[in-house]
Amino acid sequence: MSLIVSTIGQGLLWAVLGVGLFLTFRILDFADMTVEGTFPLGAATCVAAISNGMSPILATLLAFVVGSLAGLITGLLYTKGHIPILLAGILVMTACYSVNLRIMGRANVSLLGKATLFKNAFLESLPRYFDSVFLGIVVMVVVTSIVIYFLQTQLGQGFIATGDNQTMARSLGINTDNMKIMGLMVSNGLIALGGALVAQNNGYADVNMGIGIIVIALASIIIGEVAFGDLTLNQRLVAVTLGSILYRFVLLIVLKLGFNANDLNLLSAIVLAICMMLPVFKNALNFKHILKRGLDTND
Amino acid sequence: MTEPSLELKDVVLKVNRNTPEEVTILNHLNLTINPGDFITVLGSNGAGKSTLFNAIGGDLTIDSGQILLHGRDITHDSVERRTRFLSRVFQDPKLGTAPRMTVAENLLLAERRGQRRGLAPRHLNQHMAHFKELTATMHNGLDQRLTTATGSLSGGQRQALSFLMATLKRPEILLLDEHTAALDPQTSQDLMHLTNQRVQEEQLTCLMITHHLEDALTYGNRLIVLHRGQVTFDVAGAEKDALTTEKLYSFFAEIE
Repeated sequence: MSLIVSTIGQGLLWAVLGVGLFLTFRILDFADMTVEGTFPLGAATCVAAISNGMSPILATLLAFVVGSLAGLITGLLYTKGHIPILLAGILVMTACYSVNLRIMGRANVSLLGKATLFKNAFLESLPRYFDSVFLGIVVMVVVTSIVIYFLQTQLGQGFIATGDNQTMARSLGINTDNMKIMGLMVSNGLIALGGALVAQNNGYADVNMGIGIIVIALASIIIGEVAFGDLTLNQRLVAVTLGSILYRFVLLIVLKLGFNANDLNLLSAIVLAICMMLPVFKNALNFKHILKRGLDTND
Repeated sequence: MTEPSLELKDVVLKVNRNTPEEVTILNHLNLTINPGDFITVLGSNGAGKSTLFNAIGGDLTIDSGQILLHGRDITHDSVERRTRFLSRVFQDPKLGTAPRMTVAENLLLAERRGQRRGLAPRHLNQHMAHFKELTATMHNGLDQRLTTATGSLSGGQRQALSFLMATLKRPEILLLDEHTAALDPQTSQDLMHLTNQRVQEEQLTCLMITHHLEDALTYGNRLIVLHRGQVTFDVAGAEKDALTTEKLYSFFAEIE
């Protein structure tokens, strides 16, 4: 039972990554590699700030701000510097590695004995693992609501249009460069926020914790879409959180099958690759079905 | 004499600047567009028709010359800024609409063309009745598909929607770049009729590129021919009415 609760808790804490990446991957329609750098950047910022006596809430918000600054740099390289988005993301991601080491001073910083969002009377009074479930739900309700509201505003609609048809967006007076920069900022801010939450939950930040983050975030999005099918945009955003929880259960099952934690990145990549290829498999199956029907009628 | 809507003065536009492949597309082009003009634009491929539109729209920066809107210099205004007075319909139906957004959402986007977009809610539902009425004037079933993603509309419906979007908020200049060329003959005819009707009703100032000589003669009050980056032929009113396709053909044969 506690294993299930802990899995749900992990899924909820990591879900904010999926929502962050949704803004770039699904709405602006490109893959932003910056997130591999901004996730540990958020963790490093938060841990360093807490170590220096900042309150956990402020440190978490600071992580969002610093993450969005990294997104701003990617956005400027991409829109004003005309560097392809994949490369712009990789550049900032690479730079973040050094920045993170600077911020933390060393490769791994522990929060042992320090205040975190999880260390307050209320969360500690909850049964074991329910603290991350509770905090995860609060964060996801707030973040998802804000994103949903934003997408329904005039500005949000311009943002969606930019990803959908840039030529049209420009011809209607939408500044598509600004929309892309804004999307990258909010997206990376949310990823860094996720980094801050995970670091506080784990009790440490590590400079290597960003490896494979884009795969984890993508997995939440894709699993949510595969599991729940045809949804409206708002429903899809909610499905990201459920996808994130499902993904944690998939990992749990895989670990129970005897794989160890060192295999996780390989397994994550395989799970994601399979989910992304599902439409191809479905078509192949339909094709056989059609063939079979054709043969039957000829009999 | 009334003040011109848009003036292009001695406009030069080159592509591949400072390379061996440098080509002058617009070559000291002069054009004065008066309010209410409905100008059909003819010219062979490479004559500079689309480049002219891109220069007016701001997608391409001109090398020298001036573009004036009601006497105000807009030569250095950005694409976004120019959309306050300018709207366009492209040849490719895919370019004019956002495929994953619904018909109504596309219309709502177009209603704020060139205006600031803030954090106010979009209020889609308040606009639905108006959009329904508006799309019904297209007589192509668009009004039944307001909540459909535009990606699943037919090319004709998409292009009719693009045209509606371009005229929803009245533009001071409307640029139509062969907007019926990608459609089948009947749909193309229908959209041409609708275009003409709406331009007349709203007294829009409009430039329309076409390769259809008949359309160029039938519609509009003025006809220009572009050749090697210049306006080589410019007729209006009764003089235009007297034109025939034969005369145009012989004119084209002469300049080639």
